[in-house]
Amino acid sequence: MADTRIEPTAAGAGGVAPEDKERRFSWRITGRWVGITGLLAFLVAPIVPLFIWSISFRWFYPAILPTEYSARAWTEVITPHNDVLGVAWNTALIALVVTALSILLGVPAGRALGLYEFRGKRLVEWMILAPIIVPGLAVVLGIHVLFIRAGLSNSIPGVILVHLVPTLPYMTLVMSGVFANYDTDFELQARSLGASRWATQRLITLPAIFPGVVVGALFAFIISWSQYVLTLLIGGGQVQTLPLLLFGFVRSDPAIAGALSVVFILPAVIVLLLSSRYLSGDNAAVGGIGNI
Amino acid sequence: MAVRTRRLTGTGLSEKAARRLTITVLLAPAILVILLLFMGGLVTGFLRSLGYFPLIGLNDFNFDAYSIIFTDNGFIRSFILTFHIAFTSTLIASILAVASAMLLRPAFRGKRFVQFIFSLNLTIPHLVGAVGVLYLFSGSGLVSRLATGAGLIDSPAGFPAMVNDPWAIGIIIQYVWKEIPFIGVIVLAILLSVGEDYESVARSLGANRWQAFRNVTLPLIMPGVVSASVIVFAFTFGAFEIPWLLGSTFPKALPVLAFESYTDVDLAARPQAMAMAMVIAVMSSLMILAYMKVSRRYVRS
Repeated sequence: MADTRIEPTAAGAGGVAPEDKERRFSWRITGRWVGITGLLAFLVAPIVPLFIWSISFRWFYPAILPTEYSARAWTEVITPHNDVLGVAWNTALIALVVTALSILLGVPAGRALGLYEFRGKRLVEWMILAPIIVPGLAVVLGIHVLFIRAGLSNSIPGVILVHLVPTLPYMTLVMSGVFANYDTDFELQARSLGASRWATQRLITLPAIFPGVVVGALFAFIISWSQYVLTLLIGGGQVQTLPLLLFGFVRSDPAIAGALSVVFILPAVIVLLLSSRYLSGDNAAVGGIGNI
Repeated sequence: MAVRTRRLTGTGLSEKAARRLTITVLLAPAILVILLLFMGGLVTGFLRSLGYFPLIGLNDFNFDAYSIIFTDNGFIRSFILTFHIAFTSTLIASILAVASAMLLRPAFRGKRFVQFIFSLNLTIPHLVGAVGVLYLFSGSGLVSRLATGAGLIDSPAGFPAMVNDPWAIGIIIQYVWKEIPFIGVIVLAILLSVGEDYESVARSLGANRWQAFRNVTLPLIMPGVVSASVIVFAFTFGAFEIPWLLGSTFPKALPVLAFESYTDVDLAARPQAMAMAMVIAVMSSLMILAYMKVSRRYVRS
């Protein structure tokens, strides 16, 4: 239990019994805070230069901060002529459709895997896991060949379909974890009390699985939103998304690349803010990924 | 029960048949999509790697592409580099993720904020992280500037190569940065659901802090760590954009090599690209199966 005790100054609340091994104890607290500070610094560090670059005008080596600032990059990003926001919208639209399709296909599949034992279940589980284990690049070359034949290459529907390869397994995995801890008796009770099939789904099933759907959808959205090589190959340069746009500026114009990176981070942050309470650790769905 | 099932499914099927129908209907759409796209892509890639390409008049199968890539020194070097990237990133990220989860487990002031920053990282695209690492660790990057300001070096040339370097340091930094929160969130979820009771019992029975962690907590979180690190290994072994941006020109990571062969103007390189894709698929699957087998045994004992 000693682990949960925090120095009164750190916990703020006080009321913590004084520790008998005073000196060693405070070392632990100091160590913990050094660790947490180091961790936060490491996690935030790569984002810092992106922000600075986006507002810099002159920033030559060895200046630690830009010698001149400018809104040039941001003006370029926002001006309709360059259509960055159009591309961002395109990327979001693809990610939203991919997420919706993943929910539509993944929730039922997760329900089957989480609730039922049946012959061939292991095989089905391995099939669903396979796209996570086998890298996307290894299959996308073959998919490209198929899509050219089917007329799906260089098109948004093609890009949406290929994004399902990495997103659907995550959604299914998360949902199978959720349904493994789900009690169907509530559904039966609702039905026997006269609720329609639809009402049962809406009033009983959905609220129970909602946190899991949010986590799965968050994963699906982010995987699609940040997809690079699948879009590059299947989109064939015809489907422009933010990651492709960003890549083009990394070496040539760090200021634009910095601003684009910030635009690239924002929606994901908003999505996280909306769903952070579901991600906060004690959600069974997060652990669901740990159930491979 | 049978009556109720019949009424609920709305058909005249027996309970067993109704159950089978339910499972099939629930699974069919997802399985169909995975079969068509994933398996379809894999099989097509495999056929093409054997030189089967009817459109340009290649109708027989051969292993030429495989013998070309396996006798190519560059390919072997690429394979070793890719394994090094995946293995080192996964190992470092897993250890630091467990440490981070242990740090974030107890209640402390500002925990919500720290957890938010921690999970924020999950949502930041890999590419953005890679650009950030590039602007931090390149020769004229922020860290190099800080080192110059501190008088440690006097030109970008004096800064150790950490980006586009043969040891793939930049790539590994990026993966570790991105995957600590991924593994950490999963471990933290397990830690919180298990609670600290087992550890307290071990401590009260005389185990020191390390022993309690090593013999009680670690075995409890290990299945989660294994699952998460499998995903990380697979991802880092097959990811393309990070080594494309942060990798050296020779040797290249396997996915970069495969992509460049595929988009080569010379169509003759296509079967080799497909063969590389198959090697990536088979090797990552094999390594992951081996790892799961070994670690499962370790977890049980």
